[in-house]
Amino acid sequence: MRSLLPVLTVLTVIVGIWYLAVAPMNVRVALDQAERAGDAIVPEGSVPRREISVWRLMLDNSKHVGLGYALERPRLPTPAQVGQELWKTTGAMIAKGRPWSKRGLIYHGWITLQSTLWGFALGTLLGIVGAVAIVYSRTAQLSLMPWAIISQTIPIVALAPMIIVLSSQLGIEGRGVPKAIISAYLCFFPVLVGMVKGLRAPQSSQLDLLRTYNANSLQSFLRLRLPASVPYLFTSLKVGIAAALVGTIVGELPTGAISGLGARILIGDQFGTPLAIWSALFAAAVLAGALVTLLDLIQRLTLKRMGMAT
Amino acid sequence: MTEKSVIQANALDLTFQTNDGPVHALKGVSLDIGKGDFVSFIGPSGCGKTTFLRCMADLEQPTGGGITVNGTTPEEARKARAYGYVFQAAGLYPWRTIGRNISLPLEIMGYSKVEQAERVARTLELVELSGFEKKFPWQLSGGMQQRASIARALAFDADILLMDEPFGALDEIVRDHLNEQLLQLWARTEKTIAFVTHSIPEAVYLSTKIVVMSPRPGRITDVIESTLPKERPLDIRESPEFLEIAHRVRDGLRAGHAYD
Repeated sequence: MRSLLPVLTVLTVIVGIWYLAVAPMNVRVALDQAERAGDAIVPEGSVPRREISVWRLMLDNSKHVGLGYALERPRLPTPAQVGQELWKTTGAMIAKGRPWSKRGLIYHGWITLQSTLWGFALGTLLGIVGAVAIVYSRTAQLSLMPWAIISQTIPIVALAPMIIVLSSQLGIEGRGVPKAIISAYLCFFPVLVGMVKGLRAPQSSQLDLLRTYNANSLQSFLRLRLPASVPYLFTSLKVGIAAALVGTIVGELPTGAISGLGARILIGDQFGTPLAIWSALFAAAVLAGALVTLLDLIQRLTLKRMGMAT
Repeated sequence: MTEKSVIQANALDLTFQTNDGPVHALKGVSLDIGKGDFVSFIGPSGCGKTTFLRCMADLEQPTGGGITVNGTTPEEARKARAYGYVFQAAGLYPWRTIGRNISLPLEIMGYSKVEQAERVARTLELVELSGFEKKFPWQLSGGMQQRASIARALAFDADILLMDEPFGALDEIVRDHLNEQLLQLWARTEKTIAFVTHSIPEAVYLSTKIVVMSPRPGRITDVIESTLPKERPLDIRESPEFLEIAHRVRDGLRAGHAYD
């Protein structure tokens, strides 16, 4: 609870800066609207105004600056507007008894969450299997590791459409599978790196000790390397699940998807409704926060049970 | 070759190849350790005392000469689980309780659950840690952790105990106490113990035989048979006999240093 005050302070500062930024961001749109409604604006006409800085416009038309905080299609919505939009597309939908409406974010969030979880599961599995191979086989280390690193330098936005096309060529229906693959593509790397580090965490004396017991390699894997890697694994999983969510959203962007948070962002952009973009963005942030917090909780419980609570 | 000899090294050589050329960790090391002996290895860093111990344990491969453990090769002895090894760091698994740490070798060696529990209880009692079975390592002091690691080495009843500076990281008072306990344990179990140490008083107090080693190349410069009685209270360390042996060890160490 002691961390609450600094967190709230930072939050207040961010919201404050946000509110201050709304005025200059929206002033041109606000002045255009006011002029159309018959108010006198200095200078007249939106074309001459383009040459003048927003600060000057705000000074000369100080009475109309406030309009920027209540636009229907603002360039930058206020936090309150985003909050209202979020409520309208989630809580209000539930209140109306239509939580799964395709116009609500619960439906789109659920679509994104599904792909994220599939991608996360697939990526984690790949990461762990790859790490075991790398730790136990020098050949795998030399052949796998460079490719794993190279794979992360390819922009996922460029790769995503190819994965979609390939998977439809292979006769895979729908967007679920390719989205999960894109998501796994981003997620496996942190898990791989973390697991390699974790599996190599035991000191040489601990490995020597098992040798004096004449333990076989399966025994030393299950009894020493695997449990020693658990703290590293959880740290990687937290990074991995956030990466998986990003991967899913990116997978929804350039692919003509019509559902999912990524699709909402894209559609919001195409139809000029920044509020939809912002609320989808916040929904994604809340989702990521919830997933990471959940993993953090599981980590705490697991390490506590293992006697390794910190 | 006496019949009761447990560990025999004959002109043992071990050379590490490094980028700076070969390093002679051991050169021409010959030694007999009899059954029930308590042998200490003392010498400055780099004299090969730990390497010698690791050769006995088949953790290091000699490049020349011969070594037998219980009349077999070290590898066969290791596979027969003929010795328990205690490292300088206790190296307990933080995710296992003390009891489960001690049963680790027993699990690997395939003892039944019932026998595991029985042996854990017995060895815990031997190192005076009864009642700590359910505790995790971080809940114990450094000295207690090291006792638990000794219990782990004792759990499967190997006749030989190889100890590599087990009390090196502990403070003087704890060390004294553990030395006393180790002697009692040795008397009760009649094990053969090879013990690496940096401390002259520790070596003299514990051992029936003190092996003085010196570096570059690692070799034995003196082997001192202790004349102290088997029963050794802590204040024996002030007796003239004790000081006499300590003096000889110190002389041996100094002689070894004169080479470089």
